[in-house]
Amino acid sequence: MSTSQTAAFVRKDMLPPKDPPTSQAGLVKWLRENLFASWLNTVLTLASLFVIYLLVTHFYPWFRHSVWNANSIAECRTAIAATWGEGATGACWAMLRERWHQFIFGFYPPELYWRPIAVFLGLLLAVAPVLFTQLPRQMLLFSLTYPLLAIWLLWGGSAWPVIMIAAGFGIGYLALRILGDISAILAVVVAIVAPVLFWLFAVGPLDEVLTKVIPLAIEPVASDRFGGFLLAITIGAGGIALSLPLGIILALGRQSNMFLIKSFSVMFIEFIRGVPLITLLFVASLLLNYFLPPGTNFDIILRVMILVTMFAAAYIAEVIRGGLAALPRGQYEAADALGLDYWKAQRLIILPQALKISIPGIVSTFIGMFKDTTLVTFVGLFDPLKGIPDFIRADFNWKGIYWEPFVFVGAIFFILNFSMSRYAMYLERKLKRDHR
Amino acid sequence: MKKSVFLGTLAVAAVSAGVAAAGTLEDVKARGELNCGVNTGLVGFAAPDANGNWSGFDVAVCKAVAAAVLGDPSKVKYVPTTGQTRFTALASGEVDMLARNSTWTFSRDTDLKLDFIGVNYYDGQGFMVRKDLGVTSAKELDGASVCIQTGTTTELNLADFFKANNMTYQPITIDSNAEGEQQYLAGACDAYTTDISGLAATRASYADPENHIILPEVISKEPLGPAVRHGDNQWGDIVSWTLNALIAAEEYGVTSANVDELAKGTDNPEINRLLGVEGELGKMTGLDNDWAVRAIKAGGNYGEIFAATIGEATPIALARGLNAQWTQGGLLYAPPFR
Repeated sequence: MSTSQTAAFVRKDMLPPKDPPTSQAGLVKWLRENLFASWLNTVLTLASLFVIYLLVTHFYPWFRHSVWNANSIAECRTAIAATWGEGATGACWAMLRERWHQFIFGFYPPELYWRPIAVFLGLLLAVAPVLFTQLPRQMLLFSLTYPLLAIWLLWGGSAWPVIMIAAGFGIGYLALRILGDISAILAVVVAIVAPVLFWLFAVGPLDEVLTKVIPLAIEPVASDRFGGFLLAITIGAGGIALSLPLGIILALGRQSNMFLIKSFSVMFIEFIRGVPLITLLFVASLLLNYFLPPGTNFDIILRVMILVTMFAAAYIAEVIRGGLAALPRGQYEAADALGLDYWKAQRLIILPQALKISIPGIVSTFIGMFKDTTLVTFVGLFDPLKGIPDFIRADFNWKGIYWEPFVFVGAIFFILNFSMSRYAMYLERKLKRDHR
Repeated sequence: MKKSVFLGTLAVAAVSAGVAAAGTLEDVKARGELNCGVNTGLVGFAAPDANGNWSGFDVAVCKAVAAAVLGDPSKVKYVPTTGQTRFTALASGEVDMLARNSTWTFSRDTDLKLDFIGVNYYDGQGFMVRKDLGVTSAKELDGASVCIQTGTTTELNLADFFKANNMTYQPITIDSNAEGEQQYLAGACDAYTTDISGLAATRASYADPENHIILPEVISKEPLGPAVRHGDNQWGDIVSWTLNALIAAEEYGVTSANVDELAKGTDNPEINRLLGVEGELGKMTGLDNDWAVRAIKAGGNYGEIFAATIGEATPIALARGLNAQWTQGGLLYAPPFR
């Protein structure tokens, strides 16, 4: 301050900030740093641009020439030739306009489409409280009852068997509550045995009586009517919901000190991981028929779902085992030092940390499993990627359609899988914040 | 559902897998539905439409059998089977019969324990090439690349044909018809080979059918027929004679339009026996005497079915050729109804 009196010139106000030189700002800087930093970088950039150019010039006309209004591929071709000249090729989306419902629902009776739609909306509602902890916990009650509701809505028929299954779980829960105070082991045994006995012996006669008194039934839909994304999502969602708990149990079993449990888990995991999924699907669709007595009605979707679940569970178990192994020994010892029993220690200390570490692996297993549901085409089910397009092509009107179904089905799979992966990233971020 | 699964698993312990069920006929009647194994989709032979209703040349056989046995051609559950699953599905009892353009061969009939009960379509393997290739005979295909579907008899026939003619070829294996058409159009192979009926349908579906030719050589015999399991001869008889009834009906001029009229009695004793006016033929198979009337009404006689699904009036436009009646120079010859 004191020098200000002798100075010849004193700036009283701040200079306005100047723009940085053009080479150091905005787009130009970004381009220089990211695309043209070195000669190798420049070459790669130009090569990539060329590839993009090739792809766009190759595919853009095909999309641009799309036809939406036609009744057959021949009409599509005529329309494209009329608008764009002879020899032009284009997408014939008219096929989707006529057949989109088969990609979504397969052969599900059209007048009953509201049922799968309701089930799908219900699925969103049921998973919401599981995925987002800020939602009211009461919604979990709906999530618990949802699977049985979905089964009833999708397959239809009498509601009583489904209610009976729910009643069985209710009996188990009651046994656990009432006997839990007396003896923990007794309670667990009764909670398992009582519902099984109930399902085996009481359900049949009870069902008959109740159906006679109050016939509570909606139109049944057989499994062979399922197809397309309805089939993929049914198998995928069922497999995901069942394989996570099974995978956790298998992972814990593999870490167990009890010889029988440990060796069973190891054998199960290694066997399933050592066998291709297609083999298991063939077992589900063909081999089981030889073993089951003739006339047993063992639903094909249920069979496939069970094997897909087992397959995914084996992989999930290994992913979670990685999470368990990553925990420092101190965590286990701390749990022991606190005097927690095995289940409490797992539930309160070990699993929350192990699962958090395993999230990326678990989600990629789920995504892989969801995409693998298209393999059911090999056992004669109508998956959206191959089964549905193949029979649409068997209609002479659409014979010759090839890329359109791939583009359409691929886009839907991308949307579904991308949301799963985004959710996993959200979850990771959220859990990290909690820990800070 | 859960209960039946559990009971089923329990029952596995009690019932050994080899124990034969009651006759297939009783099973079908008790179920009220015929489980018919069909193709997952083959133009003209089996395809579901936008509403999920199946139709086609093979499907018509399923419908006729359902009409004969159950009295209603719509009481069929179509079980789509792939090339890999079709015979196991039949052997394991998942389907009661197979009407899935399957070639009748020695090993399938004996080793796989199937019974082919007749032939509903005489096919043969051929080649399609682009016209500008300048090839007019399959004998000129030495060194060509050939698109061929794996796991079919066509693959073996192709090898036999080239070996017998001392020629070489480069196989381009494909998984499905659609993929084969695409590969062939994209120029991945010089020739596309499959059954002539399939080639005709494929060619007709192209934007430029005039630029492709089907070579005159037919390199194999492909008698396609419905099949049933070994060991249930009554059921085999029913399926076999239902097919024969459709073929005989065409020979005697019985159509879906006039069958009701003729079923009141005609001067021709063979027609009378076929339609159950005379004799007790239906009873001999375990059905009633009107079985053939219902089978014919379901989709018409053989000729009507052919014309409606794959004949010259359809886009596939197959000529009758070998599949004409024996009186017309073809191979269709139903044994006498007596």
